[in-house]
Amino acid sequence: MSAQDVHGHDDHHHDDGPHSTFSGYMWGFVLSIVLTAIPFWLVMTDIIANRSTAVLVLGAFAVVQIIVHMVFFLHMNGKVEGGWTMLSTIFTVVFVAIAIAGTLWVMFHMNTNMMPMHPQGVQHGAP
Amino acid sequence: MSNPHLNAGGTAALATREYHLAHEPHPENGTALGFWLYLMSDCLIFASLFATWGVLGRNFAGGPNGAELFDLTLVALNTAFLLLSSITFGFAMLRKQVNDKGGTLLWLAITGFFGLCFLAVELYEFHHLIHVGAGPQSSAAMSAFFALVGTHGLHVTFGLIWLVVLMIQISKHGLIHENKRRLMCLSMFWHFLDVVWIGVFTFVYLMGVL
Repeated sequence: MSAQDVHGHDDHHHDDGPHSTFSGYMWGFVLSIVLTAIPFWLVMTDIIANRSTAVLVLGAFAVVQIIVHMVFFLHMNGKVEGGWTMLSTIFTVVFVAIAIAGTLWVMFHMNTNMMPMHPQGVQHGAP
Repeated sequence: MSNPHLNAGGTAALATREYHLAHEPHPENGTALGFWLYLMSDCLIFASLFATWGVLGRNFAGGPNGAELFDLTLVALNTAFLLLSSITFGFAMLRKQVNDKGGTLLWLAITGFFGLCFLAVELYEFHHLIHVGAGPQSSAAMSAFFALVGTHGLHVTFGLIWLVVLMIQISKHGLIHENKRRLMCLSMFWHFLDVVWIGVFTFVYLMGVL
């Protein structure tokens, strides 16, 4: 065991990370189990007939569980690092949303926009 | 800050003065934020792989599709292993907080064991898929699948290597300040991989078998 260095004031400027608690981890663990079990059960019992409804429900469960992990396991809040952690996370979430939604949007509209469907639109001898 | 009492030669003619800001900044630590930013950039890699899966994920080239290929029982087992390794890493961090070297090492070893179980199940699944002719070269969907899930698996592999190295460092040098910092970074990395896995089992496996 190493000797703890003595601090004259607050002990919040060394790199030991945030303070964890047993109850915090257990809350995160139990919530994660519930939020994992329900989607698996929904899919395995084939309870939702409509595919798009199922996709929305599963997506919602995933988002909630990701937030649970961020709060209970990664100790996210608006105060750590003067808010820069939170800000960079929000930036990443926006970036990821644009990247994924934008990709799907473009790729699933590509055929419509790239291939003229009216008969006069067919180009002959285009370079 | 510049010292107005320096002459042109730069020699301090008077006793050196100290200047203090009214509010001294106390950064908590640079490492946590820096490592967090690295994880956020890793998020962008996974975002592009998820987008690729989103575009190609239903193009099985006439071969068996997700519902026929993916075994949800295996995926549930995998998810359980990874979730358990997250909570055991949490326990390791709790032992670290009270400077219990033996307890920290024990929980880290248990975390590593669950991580190995996860990898074993994943490698078994990959082997099975390749064996039935659904390898990465069989269709666009399987290429996207192996790229995404394989990248996550590689992250877990390197996380395990890091964990072993860190256990050796802790057993040699104890819970010194540097090792506590390394533990903090590895715990962020490990929990982050669990977060990515939530996306994998939801968008690849569960939506794949719908």
